[in-house]
Amino acid sequence: METVIKTKDLTKRFGDFVAVDKITFEVHKGEIFGFLGANGAGKTTAMRMLCGLSRPTSGEAMVAGVDVYHHPEEIKKNIGYMSQKFSLYEDLTVLENIKFYAGVYGLTDKQIKDKSDELVEKLGLQKQAKVLVKSLPLGWRQKLAFSVAIVHQPKIVFLDEPTGGVDPSMRKQFWDMIYDASEMGITVFVTTHYLDEAEYCDRICIMVDGCIKALDTPFLLKQKFKVDNITEVFYQLARTAKRGD
Amino acid sequence: MSAIILDHITKTYNKKTVLAVDDISLSIETGELFGLIGPDGAGKTTLFRILTTLLLADKGTATVVGNDVVKEFHKIRGIVGYMPGRFSLYQDLTVEENLNFFATVFGTTVKENYDQIKDIYSQLEPFKTRRAGKLSGGMKQKLALCCALIHKPEVLFLDEPTTGVDVVSRREFWEMLKRLKAQGITIMVSTSYMDEATLCDRIALILGGKILSLDTPANVIKAYPEKLYAIKSPNMHGLLKDLRINDDILNCYAAGEYIHLSLKKPGKENEDLLLQHLKEKGETDLEFKETIPTVEDCFIRLLGKQDGNSN
Repeated sequence: METVIKTKDLTKRFGDFVAVDKITFEVHKGEIFGFLGANGAGKTTAMRMLCGLSRPTSGEAMVAGVDVYHHPEEIKKNIGYMSQKFSLYEDLTVLENIKFYAGVYGLTDKQIKDKSDELVEKLGLQKQAKVLVKSLPLGWRQKLAFSVAIVHQPKIVFLDEPTGGVDPSMRKQFWDMIYDASEMGITVFVTTHYLDEAEYCDRICIMVDGCIKALDTPFLLKQKFKVDNITEVFYQLARTAKRGD
Repeated sequence: MSAIILDHITKTYNKKTVLAVDDISLSIETGELFGLIGPDGAGKTTLFRILTTLLLADKGTATVVGNDVVKEFHKIRGIVGYMPGRFSLYQDLTVEENLNFFATVFGTTVKENYDQIKDIYSQLEPFKTRRAGKLSGGMKQKLALCCALIHKPEVLFLDEPTTGVDVVSRREFWEMLKRLKAQGITIMVSTSYMDEATLCDRIALILGGKILSLDTPANVIKAYPEKLYAIKSPNMHGLLKDLRINDDILNCYAAGEYIHLSLKKPGKENEDLLLQHLKEKGETDLEFKETIPTVEDCFIRLLGKQDGNSN
């Protein structure tokens, strides 16, 4: 199995505060990897390091074959990123957003045109192609944001709470897109607070106070903790947190 | 007595081209914990804004604790607490300063009403000199709740207070709501977490500005008309694909560990037929059982009916 993310004792300190504390893990190609933890557990900090946005204090990390210390810029070409807070330009239309991202990621004019047509059709947004993104419902925006995050066929896509506030029906459609991306060989690294979604991941990792406290398939985690759902696993672990969030 | 009454409220935006709230009538009793469940764009926030007197309805009337939202907006503003969906405290003020600010605006002091927020604020106190913008999601939400409570409101409006909040903090938050309810405060809360819906006294499922269903969570579940099944296999995504192309299936979707599905013609014979069919497709180790619907199942069913598709 090809490894696309590999860390060893990866650590980030802010002054005395250890936000991420020696995390060691691997993620495989095409895997859907759920990254869970309470607010303040260190998920976003860890993710920022893996995306080349924040320089680690110590430890090692290779992402898509690139070292995060020495070539953070190189990483950005190989990954896609989407967060709940910012992903799309609200004052650009659907089509303009697709073209903008495709352009930023260096696709040719021909590729941009083909890709735009393809995405608009795939998302069923033909009627809304020229509508400003801000007037789209959140669920649609998130599906579009995910599509543009993988417009350049990255090796890995990082999704930071992509489904926050989205209704259950749309969340399920969003997860269909995640499965499709995974089948195309794109590795999906995803955080969520909806623990039913943890069940849809190949493996999940639960962070508590900056450390990885559990990492396995949902099935084996439930078995290990002798509970019948991931919420209880999460609850048992997160309750041990000492850090005020 | 009803704490909140909406009577044929309609609201449009953009020169009447966008219908946000479509002729909604409902009443919420004093001391009730009432949940608004619906997707983004359903009209939840518009309702909150009309009831908190920040927005005028096109048609219809509404009252909060007997006060008309148009004529007596001033009275309403003094007796309600509102936690908007977007974090709306002053990011550059500290925890303490925000709280003092809101107390002062409402003509009171933190000291005078401290008992109202003590439970919640005690968890924030170690961080009282931290700027609000630097707080984590869970703490921001606790502070926002304190600021909405500091003037001892009779009615509390909470617009998606737990979006982006982890499950541990969400449980704590709902424990707090229970305690506030026990004090007799009326609470109207919206959420996209279906597990929270079951913690409300009554819920309204809202979509496209209309109420699709309004009852206690137990009755909403009881009204689910079809037999619902849960199925799982070691290859869940493949299984879902197989189910989607099966003509005997009315509806199917992932639901955590299982896939939930309903059959066009339920019954033992068709259940066996489905399992047989799936085995032919190469599915092994299938677990299949009848299951009790959740609020999420009810909601998805209503959404599907609205979209005119069953998937």
